[in-house]
Amino acid sequence: MSSVSTTPPPPPWASRLPSPLYQWIYDWGEMVVSALTTVGDMAIFAGQMFVWLATRLPCRGTILPNFYNVGVLSLPVVALTGTFIGMVLAVQSYAQFHDLGLESRLGAVINMSLVRELGPVLAATMLAGRVGSAMAAVLGTMRVTEQIDALISMGANPIHYLVVPRFLACIMLIPALTIMADFMGIVGGYFYSVVILGIDHFQYLNNSRQFVGGWDFFMGIFKSFFFGGTIAIVSCYRGFNCQAGAEGVGRAATAAFVFSFVLILGIDLILNILLDAVYMAIWPHTAKLI
Amino acid sequence: MNAQAIQDVLPPGTDRRTPLVELRNVTLRFGRQTILNKLSLQVPYGQTLVVIGESGCGKTMLLKSIVGLIRPTDGQVLYDGQDIHRLNELEMTELRRRHGFVFQNAALFDSMTVGENVAFPLVHHNIASGRRLWRIVSDALADVGLPDNVMPKRPAELSGGMRKRVGLARALVLNPELMLYDEPTTGLDPIMSDVINELMLRTRANKHVTSIIITHDMRTARKVADRVVMLYPYARLKRDEGQILYDGPPEGLDSAEDPRVGQFVRGEAGERLMEMRQATLDAFRDTPNLVDRYPR
Repeated sequence: MSSVSTTPPPPPWASRLPSPLYQWIYDWGEMVVSALTTVGDMAIFAGQMFVWLATRLPCRGTILPNFYNVGVLSLPVVALTGTFIGMVLAVQSYAQFHDLGLESRLGAVINMSLVRELGPVLAATMLAGRVGSAMAAVLGTMRVTEQIDALISMGANPIHYLVVPRFLACIMLIPALTIMADFMGIVGGYFYSVVILGIDHFQYLNNSRQFVGGWDFFMGIFKSFFFGGTIAIVSCYRGFNCQAGAEGVGRAATAAFVFSFVLILGIDLILNILLDAVYMAIWPHTAKLI
Repeated sequence: MNAQAIQDVLPPGTDRRTPLVELRNVTLRFGRQTILNKLSLQVPYGQTLVVIGESGCGKTMLLKSIVGLIRPTDGQVLYDGQDIHRLNELEMTELRRRHGFVFQNAALFDSMTVGENVAFPLVHHNIASGRRLWRIVSDALADVGLPDNVMPKRPAELSGGMRKRVGLARALVLNPELMLYDEPTTGLDPIMSDVINELMLRTRANKHVTSIIITHDMRTARKVADRVVMLYPYARLKRDEGQILYDGPPEGLDSAEDPRVGQFVRGEAGERLMEMRQATLDAFRDTPNLVDRYPR
């Protein structure tokens, strides 16, 4: 009774190919088509979400719990990991900088790395792991238990009701989480460098102030908006397209994190190239670390 | 089933002959698998139609295509004469306010309390608020025999029968003209199944709704149906055979011409058991060392 998905009979031209080769071409073709379909589907999904965002915002009752979940509950874990990352940077960089006699520059390196790169990426990673997977699992469970169908049958649009609040929560609160990761990383790096390693307090702060500017903070926070949006869209899409059963929900949650993380790093690279080009166009003569 | 025959199985007092729901040559395919093939069906106002058939024959898909949850591959679904797949988002939302859907496992929102679940359609469509809202919710729960003290509970705290009744209360709270029930008694004990049957009958009597009920339960079919339609899985049909094996009053089920109807009604495995045995034998013949694959 149940139909099993098998490779269809090969077309006439394929009879000249050996069977394993045809199967190999078929499998790769299927994979490419599936990947393109997913990208297209996700783009349509995001488009629908933006249309709802522009036309009608969801009510406060659906937005606030998501803000609490994304913002307040993520704060401790982001702060903790931020602190550790700041300290790890100090540990890793100290030996090399000490050999060159440049340990006083450590503050600039640690803080620059944190505010431009590690703070936003770390906050986004924690958000993808803590919130993105949970979003995919919750929406996936709603899909397999027909709760999304129930929403539709009652005249509610699930994208408006479920996706828009999550997107708003991610995009509006990830800058706050990034600032927290930056701040705690700076504190952690300062503590390890000055208190543990004994680097001069004035030199450390002076170098930081000299090399880390408003643009660096802006860059990190600007990127975080994209990361937050990506996490929300990918996670919600994965949840909405969850396969049946507990395994389907588990796969959706895993895929949400993996795809979000890969996309975060890809978008990070593209934005870094673009923002550096903008920076160089505006301020061609900038201060150099060495 | 012709118009006169349909009229014959309508409940007394129903005078509208135009169908509320009409399926015209609806075909539904998922990939290479055909679920529904050129299915045509009319459901007049006020009728309680029970759709029976074995698992996988497309009953639930039929129900979901009526409310637009699934778009048929081909054919039309007409609601009150309108092709629902030509309606825009706003028109579709308005149309869905006229439906009540009771899902197989109730599909209550886990994140909400029972009260919030029942209140959801009223709040979403801005129909009521404040004290009036909770009075309507309380009345809706009372209609299905649930007291007010279930309102603050979460769906996970309820029994299967209570969840089904909350689902029914939620579906009825907007006073729909069409009720769709997806296996309303599946997984319930016989007493609770009968309670649900009685509630469906009471809903029809009090609110004069048109109902489409998907079920495997022959007791439900015999008790609540004005008309029974039996679907058969497309993959098992003979060449040029229609997917509807039976369409008529519940009293005629036992004397249906097609032997497959009687077999289903009596719950006899028949040739299916032979097919299963044959499949097992084939598996062992094709793979002689099949037993060795499993740990002893």
